[in-house]
Amino acid sequence: MSERRATSDTEPAVLRSSAPTSLWGSFRSSLRVVFVGGVISFRALFNWLNPYIFVPTMLIAPVFQILLFAYVGRSAGVGNDGFYVIGNAVQYASIPCLFAMANTIAGERFTQTLGIVLSTPVNRVALFLGRSLPVVANGWFVAMVALLVGGRVLGVDLPPRVWPGIALCVVVASASCTGLGLLQASIALRVRSTAVLSNVLFGILLVFCGANVALDALPAWMASVGRALPLTHAIEAARRIAGGAALGDVGGLLVREALLGVVFTVAGLLALRYVEAQSRRHATLELQ
Amino acid sequence: MSGVHRAARVLVTLWWLQLKIVAVSAFDGVLGVIYPLFFATTAFLMFGQSGNPQALVYAGLGAAVMGTWSAMATSASGALQSQRWQGTLELLVCAPTRLALAVLPVTAALATVALYSLVATLLWGRFVFGIDVAIASPVAFVVALAVTLASLATFGFLLSVTVVRYRTGWALGNLLEYPGWLLCGFLVPLDLFPTWVQWLAQALPPTWGMAAIRSAAAGQAPWGEIAVCAGLGLGYAVLATVLSERLVDSARRHATLALT
Repeated sequence: MSERRATSDTEPAVLRSSAPTSLWGSFRSSLRVVFVGGVISFRALFNWLNPYIFVPTMLIAPVFQILLFAYVGRSAGVGNDGFYVIGNAVQYASIPCLFAMANTIAGERFTQTLGIVLSTPVNRVALFLGRSLPVVANGWFVAMVALLVGGRVLGVDLPPRVWPGIALCVVVASASCTGLGLLQASIALRVRSTAVLSNVLFGILLVFCGANVALDALPAWMASVGRALPLTHAIEAARRIAGGAALGDVGGLLVREALLGVVFTVAGLLALRYVEAQSRRHATLELQ
Repeated sequence: MSGVHRAARVLVTLWWLQLKIVAVSAFDGVLGVIYPLFFATTAFLMFGQSGNPQALVYAGLGAAVMGTWSAMATSASGALQSQRWQGTLELLVCAPTRLALAVLPVTAALATVALYSLVATLLWGRFVFGIDVAIASPVAFVVALAVTLASLATFGFLLSVTVVRYRTGWALGNLLEYPGWLLCGFLVPLDLFPTWVQWLAQALPPTWGMAAIRSAAAGQAPWGEIAVCAGLGLGYAVLATVLSERLVDSARRHATLALT
C-alpha cells in the first residue's frame, strides 16, 4: 500500500519536469513521438525486420498462401486464380499488422522497458499512433509484393490502370487491420502469449473476411461477422477494381473499411488506457 | 547398461518430459490444434461449394493430417529457438549424450501432440460440416498414421538442428508450412502440378504417408507407401544426425549458441 502511494506521489514530479510548457511545444513533442519515436520503436521491436526472417516470412510465405488456395480452388473446381490472388494478398497484410502491433507491447515487456515507456509523460495517443504508422506502411508493402509476385506466378494479369486503385484499397486495409492490431496490443498488456493471439486473429480473418470464400457463399451469420471485421470491404473493393470498376464505384466499401479501422483504433486506445491502469494495479506489467 | 539401452532410455525419458511440456504449451499445444482448424474450415467451405460429397471426404481426411505438418514445420523449427531464448540450448548441447538423442525426442513429442490436431479436425469436419470419413482398414490406417508421424518427427529433427547453428532458422520452418500443405497431397492432388513439382513432393515423407492413409481409409493395401514413407523418414534421421554434429561444431567455433 505504502509503495503504491509512493509511486503515485513521484509521478506528478516527473510529469512537471518533462512536460512541454506551451501548447505548441506539446504539439511538436507529440509530432516527434509520432514520427521519430514510431520509426525507432518499429525498428527496435519488430525483430522480423532481419532479412533472413523478413524475406521468407513476409515476402515468400504469402506467395505460397496464394498458391495453396488457388490450387485448392482448382482442386475443388471453384473460383479463379485472380480471386485467390487478390483475396490472399490483401489478407496477408494482417500478418505484419497484427504481429508488429502486438510486439509494441510484448517486445517492450521482453526487454523490460514497458514500465519505463508507460511511466513517461508522453501522450499515449501519439505514442501508439506513432508506432502504428510504420506498421501500416509495412503491411501495405507486404500485400503489394504478394499481389505482384503471386499474380505473376499464376499468370494473373492485372492491367496497369487498376494498380493505383488496388494500392489505395491495400492502404485502407492495412490501416484498418492495424486498428485491430492496436486493440490486440491492449490485450497483450494482460495476456502473455501474444503470438497465439495474433495467429488466432489471423485465422479468424482468413475464414471470415472473404479472402477465399466470397461473402455471398458463406453462411449468413459468417458473412455478418465478416462485414464487421477489417479487410473484408477492402478485399471486395480491390476485386471490383480489378474487374474494371472505377474508384468511385467502390468508395462506399472503402469508407466502411476506413470507418471500421477508426472504430478499432479508438477501441484499442481506450482499451490500452483501461488495461494499463489495471496492469499497474495488479502489478502485471512486466510479467514474462 | 549397454549403449543401446542407454540411448533408448534417453529417448523415452526426454520424449515423455517434452510431451508434458508441449502438451500444455499455449503455442505448441493449444494453437497447434486451433490454427489448422482455420485452414480446414476454409478448405471445407471451398470444397462445399463444389457440391461433391466425395470431394468433401477427400478434404476432410487431408485437412486432418495437415496439422501434423504444421507441428513439424513451425513448432519443430521453433523448438530449439525457444531453448535458445530461455538460455537452455547450451545445456542441451553440452549434455553428455549425442545431440541427436537430445533433439529427436523434442520433435517426437511435437509429432505426438499433432495427434490432437488430427483428431480435432476429424471431429470438426464430422460435427460442423457433416463429413463422415469412413475408414475401411482401421489397422492399416493406424500403422500408416504412426509411420507418417514418426517420419515427420525425423523431418522436424532435420529442421530443428539447423536452428542450433542459424538463429533465424525458425523462419525457414515458418516458410515451409504452406509449401508442405500444398505439395504433400493433403488438399490438392499431385497430378495438378508440373512434373518437377511432383518429383519434389515425392521426396517428402508426408506425401507417401498421406497416400498410405488415403489407401487405408479406402480399404486398399497401403504397405508399399508406408515402406517408402518409413525409408524416407529414416533417411532424414541419418542426414539430421550427421548434420547435427557438424552444425554443433560450427556453432561452438563461431560462438553462436547463446546468440538470440
